[in-house]
Amino acid sequence: MAQLLQILAATQKCCSLRVTFLLIALIMIFFSYKSYLYPRSQKPESTQADVNLTVREHRGLQSVKLSRMLYRQPQVLTPARKDVLVVTPWLAPIIWEGTFNTDILNEQFSLRNATIGLTVFSIKTYMIFLKQFLQSAEMYFMVGHRVIYYIFTDKPEYVPYLNIQKGRQIIILEVESYYDHWQDISMQRMEMISNFCQERFHQEVDYLVCSDVDMRFSDHVGVEILSSLFGTLHPGYYGLNRTDFPYERRPQSQAHIPKDEGDFYYIGALFGGSVPEVYKLTKACHEAIMVDQANHIEAIWHDESHLNKYLLYHKPSKVLSPEYLWQQQQMDHMHDQEMIFSKIIRRKKLKVLKKNYQLKNWIEEGSGLRLF
Amino acid sequence: MVSPQGSDLLQLMANDIEHLSVCLLVIWVSLVKGKTKCCSLHTVTFLLVTLFLVLSGTGFRILGNSMLGSRQAGVGKRGELDGLQAVEPSRMVYGQPKVLTPCRSDVLVLTPWLAPVVWEGTFNTDVLNEQFRLWNATIGLTVFAIRKYMVFLELFLQTAEKYFMVGHRVTYYVFTDRPADVPHVPLREGRRVEVLKVPGALSWQEVSMHRMEMISNFSQQRFLREVDYLVCMDVDMKFCDHVGVEILSPRFGTLHPGFYGAAREAFTYERRPQSQAYIPRDEGDFYYAGGFFGGSVVEVLQLTTACHQAMVVDQANGLEAVWHDESHLNRYLLDHKPTKVLSPEYLWDRQKLGWPPVMKKLRFVAVPKGHLDIRGS
Repeated sequence: MAQLLQILAATQKCCSLRVTFLLIALIMIFFSYKSYLYPRSQKPESTQADVNLTVREHRGLQSVKLSRMLYRQPQVLTPARKDVLVVTPWLAPIIWEGTFNTDILNEQFSLRNATIGLTVFSIKTYMIFLKQFLQSAEMYFMVGHRVIYYIFTDKPEYVPYLNIQKGRQIIILEVESYYDHWQDISMQRMEMISNFCQERFHQEVDYLVCSDVDMRFSDHVGVEILSSLFGTLHPGYYGLNRTDFPYERRPQSQAHIPKDEGDFYYIGALFGGSVPEVYKLTKACHEAIMVDQANHIEAIWHDESHLNKYLLYHKPSKVLSPEYLWQQQQMDHMHDQEMIFSKIIRRKKLKVLKKNYQLKNWIEEGSGLRLF
Repeated sequence: MVSPQGSDLLQLMANDIEHLSVCLLVIWVSLVKGKTKCCSLHTVTFLLVTLFLVLSGTGFRILGNSMLGSRQAGVGKRGELDGLQAVEPSRMVYGQPKVLTPCRSDVLVLTPWLAPVVWEGTFNTDVLNEQFRLWNATIGLTVFAIRKYMVFLELFLQTAEKYFMVGHRVTYYVFTDRPADVPHVPLREGRRVEVLKVPGALSWQEVSMHRMEMISNFSQQRFLREVDYLVCMDVDMKFCDHVGVEILSPRFGTLHPGFYGAAREAFTYERRPQSQAYIPRDEGDFYYAGGFFGGSVVEVLQLTTACHQAMVVDQANGLEAVWHDESHLNRYLLDHKPTKVLSPEYLWDRQKLGWPPVMKKLRFVAVPKGHLDIRGS
């Protein structure tokens, strides 16, 4: 730099062209060092970059040195849960109450300064669910950690104002929903999430949690769910044989799963993982949906069918128990299994809200959204 | 040592240096153009500086690449560690996992920090093999055959050939003071033995302690480039049953067979506060065995370096931990919790402990010492 100044001083007849060149050079230097200072700004374009990001995330988690903590000793000869499966055949934990120590996990994640993004789609009539969703998230979701709520909406002006705790923020992402049917809106989410993974998520958060909006949190949902890729067991099917899972069964669809395959039936309303892995998942699902569309076929449960196909071939590193997503409405129709459910499900963390479908239809057909 | 994070940083630095050198080149060209009055010394210096920056940018890039090599130091090159693959796997048919039926109702299969405890019945070998095969993972196995312990090596290697990571690429790293005495054992395809010469005039305690230092040194020098995972084992043992990819994760320890049922107050941790390995009576998850631990190369490097440094500090204070490197290993794994824990199936002594019903398989067992003729050197 000093040399540069010397030369500039020596050649006092510098014309304005040289000054322009100098300015351009300085701007280029500035942008180079911006990437230096914020190394997370690597786009998940190539597999190499994906691996680098994943490796960095994973290594960061393991290298932290924990401080002295006091808790009861884990008992090798006493399983935490005797009534349910707590680890998958590929050694991914299944998260049930009683299997984890929140304090240890919180310490591990807070030492890493992890930031968690929560994506939610509040489109058309579903805007009415947003306030309760966010209020309950403030109480129960990743408390004590850094959180960014990404609200995808077609009506940003209707997003409710809320007092958000320190270390958390709301980011409103305006999207155009060119679909009218909720099924199409549901499937469009895959495309939007994958786009935003590339555009901004990889720079802003370490993990993404993708949730439906017509829910409310009713109990702790914390860092125990976080891993490279996680899915959630659908509360309606976790006790059934794979032949009864409502997978897409037509071979013509990209989401097709034959009767002799399948680990679990995952629910489309709650999935997530590291940004590179969520990007891969949403991109793959979106592309599969497009192929199906071109072949004039729509998978039986839309994006959920495609999610199940993906997670069969890319096994999640954690699976959330049905505690994490409870649907009382559905359970009302399953009287036989009610007794088993109440014993097994100790805590219901995310509850799907009852919807008056008749009312919803009226609003959709009518002249627009009436709020608050 | 350059961690994958370090090598990413090198890549970034390479980019920046190249940016900078391009900028300087532009400035130089604009200043020199048509200006014959410009001091030639200045311009030559400028040109040299620019050239140097371009070359060092390239140099950093080469350095970064060579550090990554063909291995994402400890992690599968194309995917992530716990259960994912980027290459499309093929269709597999196997029994459905039953959510309402625990695989084991007699033992803990998950630690409170959600690391699996690996017991027979908890995992499907075919599914895991498929994942690791797609990653083309290479596993390094370190074993120390020093002085009279050489006598155990042949049986160790022979049984490893039958049971250890069959179907995957394996490199046996045999640390020995007597390379000429290393037995020739026929090896399957994709497997090889590397003999590493080390000093020999040590007692077994000293050998045990020096293992940490040697593994740490060789991790930096070669393991980072040659293998994805490292498994560090005692030599006076033999394999009796499958030991496969189910054990692999960034950092794993094994439950010591003598203490898996004991209360933490009874664990033989180092109890003197002056030692770096000290663990108070109200702390401790498990008692891990020093004879079987491992993980990704980067993690093993960190572990062994930390343990070695702790031992050096103890030595300077005139101390030696009660169970030597095992004590330090336990301290480290308390502070840096393992991502998998192996059940005592993976390190057992049949003579001393029999075969209790909770052990469905005995995979890696101590060789009875009287069984082999141990001569002095």
